[in-house]
Amino acid sequence: MAFLEMRDVQKSFGANKVLRGISLDVDQHQVVCLIGASGCGKSTLLRCINALETIDGGMIRLDGDRVSGRGVDVDALRTDVGIVFQSFNLFPHMSVIDNITLAPLKVLKFERAAAEANAIELLQRVGLAEKAGEYPDRLSGGQQQRVAIVRALAMGPRLMLFDEITSALDPELVAEVLNIVRDLASDGMTMMLATHEMGFAKEVASKICFVHDGVIHEEGPPEQIFGDPRQERTKVFLRKIIEAGRL
Amino acid sequence: MDTNSRSPVPVVARRAPRVLTYRVASVLALLFPFTGIPALLASLKASQLNAQGRLEDARAQGERARDWCWYSLGYGLLAYFVAFIVFLFTARNHALFNTYFDDVMFTRVAWRSLLKGFWINIQIFLWAGAIVMVWALVVALLRLLPGKACRPIRFVAAAYTDIFRSIPAILVILITNFGFQTARLPVLEGFSTIQFGILALVLVYGAYVSEVYRAGIESIHWSQVAAARSLGLSYGQTMRHVVVPQAVRRVIPPLLNDFIGLQKDTALVGVIGISEVLQRARFLNNNRATFTGYTIATILFVVITIPMTRFTDRMMKRDQARMRVG
Repeated sequence: MAFLEMRDVQKSFGANKVLRGISLDVDQHQVVCLIGASGCGKSTLLRCINALETIDGGMIRLDGDRVSGRGVDVDALRTDVGIVFQSFNLFPHMSVIDNITLAPLKVLKFERAAAEANAIELLQRVGLAEKAGEYPDRLSGGQQQRVAIVRALAMGPRLMLFDEITSALDPELVAEVLNIVRDLASDGMTMMLATHEMGFAKEVASKICFVHDGVIHEEGPPEQIFGDPRQERTKVFLRKIIEAGRL
Repeated sequence: MDTNSRSPVPVVARRAPRVLTYRVASVLALLFPFTGIPALLASLKASQLNAQGRLEDARAQGERARDWCWYSLGYGLLAYFVAFIVFLFTARNHALFNTYFDDVMFTRVAWRSLLKGFWINIQIFLWAGAIVMVWALVVALLRLLPGKACRPIRFVAAAYTDIFRSIPAILVILITNFGFQTARLPVLEGFSTIQFGILALVLVYGAYVSEVYRAGIESIHWSQVAAARSLGLSYGQTMRHVVVPQAVRRVIPPLLNDFIGLQKDTALVGVIGISEVLQRARFLNNNRATFTGYTIATILFVVITIPMTRFTDRMMKRDQARMRVG
């Protein structure tokens, strides 16, 4: 049984059917990249996995446990599943260290000293230890996003979701963020990424899913999807990416 | 030139200075001669230069004329206003001045009595203000509770704010005091008149301030909630640690407005027999036929309120320097 199982997941916003039956398995230590045009449902899918959106049909299981529908302890689920957003969403009224330790202190009931030691260690790993006392608006976008990743990691998640985390960054800041994701991948973190960074997806992914119109149109290992796409739509999408010089 | 005529971008001609405008304005500016005369001189110079075809110099002079005209408007209006006030107070042999500043102004007894009264106002303000700050936040949070199950709670909170914002404060003071006092209700029976005054002001200002809080909370972007909830924080924890702290910072200016209003409305509780400053001024008026008690009360309110606004401004600037909310 896969670590994360999705069966026929459906989600609508009013009359707009965003997810039309997504089925997908993610094994532990796998890195799954979702690619596809904007508005195809990648972000919504990620937000459904940690219950920021409730699904209308189908089911999601994490480690054998149903995490969709009624009676799910969403707060517990979310300590297991971390998410990083496109727009960082750091808390502007808190310093970096407080951003990171808030949830460990309040949700996991850590001692302050332990939470801070853990936060500093994580900050060191992303090269931001000296920024611990700064407020978010004093950091660059890349630094903010690295803090956001650390904030999610501080909860010790077993699955990490990345929702186009480099899309709001200036080009020269993208690498510093992707390097962290690369390190996490080599550490064996189970991850799902919605991304437009095709080169990066090709490099780190164990599986690529091309999402189109609310369904997974084609999935496979990166060599196959990028080298030998079988579906016509996938080919069209990738051709446009290549035309734009993004692959 | 042929290419120019077909060009889609209109060719801007060298604009002549607006000599006539300066002339008319500077003549009007003479109503306040100190700045009106330089305005007129500059405008004359401008038309002279214009006639000589020195357009750039004429425009520069024109700009000087315009500046002097604006000075005339600003300083002239102020000067005439001050003159009017002086006239008002000195007319008919200083009648108005004598009304507001008679001998009572200089008696220790009057000041001591009114200060004693004003101290009651301040105490009422501090108590009511402190309670309002908490009570209004509770109301705002109740009104924003999510989900179908909480609909009755939201309704009650909304009804409270609607009703108490629609009743004049003085009426609420009268109703709570005379109603509750005569009914001898269990807990409220032991309340003093001052406590009823505080209760009434809390009810009225709680309604206003809760709306300010609500606007602040709703102005926090939902992505902040998403970020907090995605870390496993509960709804309550998200409000407590993420949304409310940001919302409160954002609404400090309108909040201050309401607290200034509260400070001034403490003068209303005189109607239920509390001897606060206005009540004492009224006594003075009745017993010694002097309005000066009101003048002293006015001075006291101004002296306490203006530093309060300045202090809050400074505090906010310091807070913003530390953290700019996006």
